[in-house]
Amino acid sequence: MLRKWQLWLAGIVGVLALTAGVQAAEVTGAGASFPAPLYAKWADAYSKATGNKINYQSIGSGGGIKQIQAKTVDFGASDAPMKPEDLAKNGLVQFPTVVGGVVPVVNIKGIASDQLRLSGAVLADIYLGKITIWNDPAITALNPDVKLPSAAIAVVRRADGSGTSFIFTNYLSKVSADWKEKVGEGTAVQWPVGLGGKGNEGVSAFVQRLNNSIGYVEYAYAKQSKMAVVSLQNAAKQFVAPSEEAFKAAAAGAKWDPASFYQILTDQPGEKTWPITGATFILMHKTQDKPTQAKETLNYFAWAYKSGGAMASELDYAPLPESLTKMIETSWAQIKDASGKAVR
Amino acid sequence: MQKMPSSITSSSLPPPSPPTRGRRRLAWGDMLFHRLTQGFAVLTLLLLSGIIVSLIWGAWPAIREFGVSFLWKAEWNPPMNRFGALIPVYGTLVTSAVALVIAVPVSFGIAFFLTELAPGWMRKPLGIAVELLAGIPSIVYGMWGLLVFVPIFSEYIQPPLAKALGPLPIIGALFSGPPLGIGILAAGIVLAIMIIPFIASVMRDVFEITPAILKESSYALGSTRQEVIWNVVLPYTRVGVVGGIMLGLGRALGETMAVTFLIGNINSFQGFSLFLPGNSIASALANEFTEASGELHTSALIELGLILFLITFVVLSLSKLLLMRLAKSGGTQT
Repeated sequence: MLRKWQLWLAGIVGVLALTAGVQAAEVTGAGASFPAPLYAKWADAYSKATGNKINYQSIGSGGGIKQIQAKTVDFGASDAPMKPEDLAKNGLVQFPTVVGGVVPVVNIKGIASDQLRLSGAVLADIYLGKITIWNDPAITALNPDVKLPSAAIAVVRRADGSGTSFIFTNYLSKVSADWKEKVGEGTAVQWPVGLGGKGNEGVSAFVQRLNNSIGYVEYAYAKQSKMAVVSLQNAAKQFVAPSEEAFKAAAAGAKWDPASFYQILTDQPGEKTWPITGATFILMHKTQDKPTQAKETLNYFAWAYKSGGAMASELDYAPLPESLTKMIETSWAQIKDASGKAVR
Repeated sequence: MQKMPSSITSSSLPPPSPPTRGRRRLAWGDMLFHRLTQGFAVLTLLLLSGIIVSLIWGAWPAIREFGVSFLWKAEWNPPMNRFGALIPVYGTLVTSAVALVIAVPVSFGIAFFLTELAPGWMRKPLGIAVELLAGIPSIVYGMWGLLVFVPIFSEYIQPPLAKALGPLPIIGALFSGPPLGIGILAAGIVLAIMIIPFIASVMRDVFEITPAILKESSYALGSTRQEVIWNVVLPYTRVGVVGGIMLGLGRALGETMAVTFLIGNINSFQGFSLFLPGNSIASALANEFTEASGELHTSALIELGLILFLITFVVLSLSKLLLMRLAKSGGTQT
């Protein structure tokens, strides 16, 4: 009788311990939609490898920042890095996870991928509505061998606020003083011209539908929908086509500050660099109320840096160079629990 | 939104007989039921006021910053923190107006056909088909609109429209410009398709409740079908008809996804032509809310939501007022 009772108790305690264990290991994050497919894939592989679960909600960068400030999630994710002073104000740290590219795509009869060449200044003038036809001298000068139609340029851009637009407008602000003054950079801006499509799929649909159009989408979308991508002139005055190597080159060429990792990878130096590249970021609190969760979060990203590279490439994101991931892992020492001990 | 028109339609039915005064003491079960239902009703009221309060609270920074000028400023510039509601308000009102202009006559035709003209075997399946249309999620309409309707519209409908109506004075200006397909007119037409099932099924239901004796007496006096519908059925059911239209209008004003796909989402004024792209309140909210950067941007978006709320409220009040007028001028029904 007594033994049966003891057995029951042991069983209940065991179940309790198990659920507690599972709960402690369950990590939640929310934010940017751009890296969401990759985070989901990583989380799936990670849970198979370690048994620990990572829940990621793709609610947009703005939402990710709000959620981490409110401490409702263990980590937030944003496509735009937070400025060092804002990090300090909110007691947050950030680090990049992967790099991706934004590419201009066109739909002009007879023009294939990588055939059309544009410079940043010309691209800005197209989006400012200053260059309105395809055989404008500014465009033909860059493309002496390409036959361009004398047709109006149908400009397409994102309608919804997005990290993609942020990276794109940040690039245009860097290469065109006029753009910087008139429009500026942001997840949503006051576009002087152009139709707004919702999401990457909306922009692709518009570009594929409208003749003589130009738009910009994430690299993965351009590749999947087989649209004609444009080669761009980078900061080293070289014309490059978008590729994983070209995005990696931008991440490797950039100067990273280990205190904040505040770096927008547009218009970076390097011969092979794709100029409209951006990293996506994770935000965490410096002082952790839940150190076990924080430790688990960091373990997850450490695992992703080590074994997630191939998965990232499969989904057309560029993994970070090793020199950078080492720097990031060292920076994690500043994430501490309430007593001041580093969580990982 | 769904609530208000049903209250209008239900008022066309005889009110339930009030509990007799004499029976003071309700049984326990009745008492409980009474309190419970009362609680639900009060909850709705609390929710409504809660929503208003939180909208005003959230919009406060923008209200303080821009004041009343928010309503007529045509600028929407997040990086420079300058916001105005004119473009989305204009787009919301115009797309809804286009939708109503198309949907009301068509719905009336459908309801008239189903109740008066259709042979018996056709009524049921047709009626169900109309109701099924109402159940299609709006994003499906949006995607269908973008991928199927817009190419056909820009190629085969817009050019002849521009040719036929373009030269006319005043109206012509509404049908000028490049036939891109995407724009206020396309959004309005797809909205019309979306609200037709609502308006048509309400109209059919109220037409059906017209007592047969009234219609038959009219026919007996030698009236034609048109005369019966205009002089007997419509006056008898006007409250329900207006209610159905309001239900459709409410849906059109607040519709988000389908409009977002089709309106072009441009936040600067392009011109008065219906061919041009614009923006609507619900669409601006759906597009920008998740990624809004900075307090003022979020707050300006919430103020847009508040304005949409006010527009709906005004529309509702006007329809009530219209019904009261009608009731006065029409005399008693029974």
